[in-house]
Amino acid sequence: MVAVAARAPRVTGRPVALGVLGLAVFALALEVGPRAGLVPIRYAPPTSQILVTLGEQVGRSAFWVALLDTLRTWAEGLLIAVVAGIVVGVLLGSVPFLRAATATTVEFLRPIPSVALIPLVIVLYGPTIRSTLVLVVYAAFWQVLIQVMHGVADVDPVARDTARSYGLGAWARIRYVVWPTALPYVVTGVRLATSVALILTITGQLVIGSPGLGKEIDNAQQSDAVRVVYALILVTGLLGVLANLATRFVERRVLAWHPAIRREEVTPA
Amino acid sequence: MTLVRRGVLLLALPVLLFAAWWVASAGSTDFYWPSLSSILAAFGRTWTWDRVQADVLPSLGRLLAGYLLAVVVGVALGAVIGSVRWVRALVEPLLEFLRAIPPPVLVPIVILLSGIGDRTKILVIVSGCVWPVLLNTVEGVRGRDEVLSDTCRTYGITGPLRLRHLVLRAASPQIVTGARQALPIAIILMVISEMMAANEGLGFTVVQFQRGFQIPEMWSGVLLLGLVGILLSLLFRAAERGLLGWYHGQRAGRREW
Repeated sequence: MVAVAARAPRVTGRPVALGVLGLAVFALALEVGPRAGLVPIRYAPPTSQILVTLGEQVGRSAFWVALLDTLRTWAEGLLIAVVAGIVVGVLLGSVPFLRAATATTVEFLRPIPSVALIPLVIVLYGPTIRSTLVLVVYAAFWQVLIQVMHGVADVDPVARDTARSYGLGAWARIRYVVWPTALPYVVTGVRLATSVALILTITGQLVIGSPGLGKEIDNAQQSDAVRVVYALILVTGLLGVLANLATRFVERRVLAWHPAIRREEVTPA
Repeated sequence: MTLVRRGVLLLALPVLLFAAWWVASAGSTDFYWPSLSSILAAFGRTWTWDRVQADVLPSLGRLLAGYLLAVVVGVALGAVIGSVRWVRALVEPLLEFLRAIPPPVLVPIVILLSGIGDRTKILVIVSGCVWPVLLNTVEGVRGRDEVLSDTCRTYGITGPLRLRHLVLRAASPQIVTGARQALPIAIILMVISEMMAANEGLGFTVVQFQRGFQIPEMWSGVLLLGLVGILLSLLFRAAERGLLGWYHGQRAGRREW
């Protein structure tokens, strides 16, 4: 029965309605649970109160300043990580000697948790955006680098040799052979890096106290403003959703020519 | 000969970098950048067996407990959500939202709801790690081979047998991917839950050193956190090789065709 269901053509209207229903049930559970006394209402405010508090927050300029700080840290960190990841990745990926020589170093540096750097950046830079940026760049860089290196290594040997036989220069080979092969990997790397960068942006603000939503959440918790904590968490979740939608959209646009995406477009029909 | 060359290639850069750090920091008088030799001396002095028992092992225990619990919960829920179409449609947008919440912001909430004990830290780790496992399991269960599905049905394989040999087997490469994505999240959450609310543990100790301006000790803690990360990723890779040997073999075989 399950297999039949999986193969049946997609109905577009119903799943969306069901999804909305799922969200509504979740919101309702969080509304009723605290009111019925299943969880202490002091620590788990009902949905309606969270939404009201969110409305109040949106009216405060401090909220927008914090949101902008968060967006700025996130975007700057991501940009630095992506550019550095692509440049270093293409370099290491296309020169076999460099790849072999750096393999162990990459394998050792990559799993070092970026949060290990927190005490270090606190003593070096204090509670500034720069501290958080270091964490964000460190965490996001490896995501891009690894994907780019895989992508560059994936180049079809026949295409590479053909390009060489036709006398394409190094730049032209990168532009017309390496880049199109690596692009799907690059996009995947950017997608992973985007969510990792958001996590580390918020973490840095929360733990280091650099300006942004994370710091506001910490402040709200310290001053026992429980509803504000929940309202701001809702905002970070929405940021995450927007980021996922945006990267998926970009993925489709940039890779519209790619067989995997084209296949995906065709099957639901 | 080639083996020697390969060994040299693999080890040259790490050794060079280490030597460069040693030389560049030797005799350093900068308070915040102590010499590597003093950091290593602090490492031996700080992380004694007593310290390891009191701070490192409890942290690792919570990490493993939270991580394994997240994998079990993620796979169980993922298998259900991936198999039943209406459940999937019902919860998909909700999951999209829940997994998009940066896990560290859950630390304040979990502290509110359950204090600052072990349970809180384990809950924090579970609440962050479960999403990658869950979503990848859903994708894996959904994308199983239809011929195998039909074969199972024809032979009347149902229930636990079907779950074990078809559903989970087919999803296992994806489950492992999810578990791999969850591992760094688990480490992040272990460290920051201890930085924000604890009176013992690895993250707490390192922050204490930082607050007390015991800089070489703090550096040694950063090194230890790095080593924990490296060690866990090596363990994960060994486990993956054991679990997914059949899959990598199959893939390699196909590529040779």
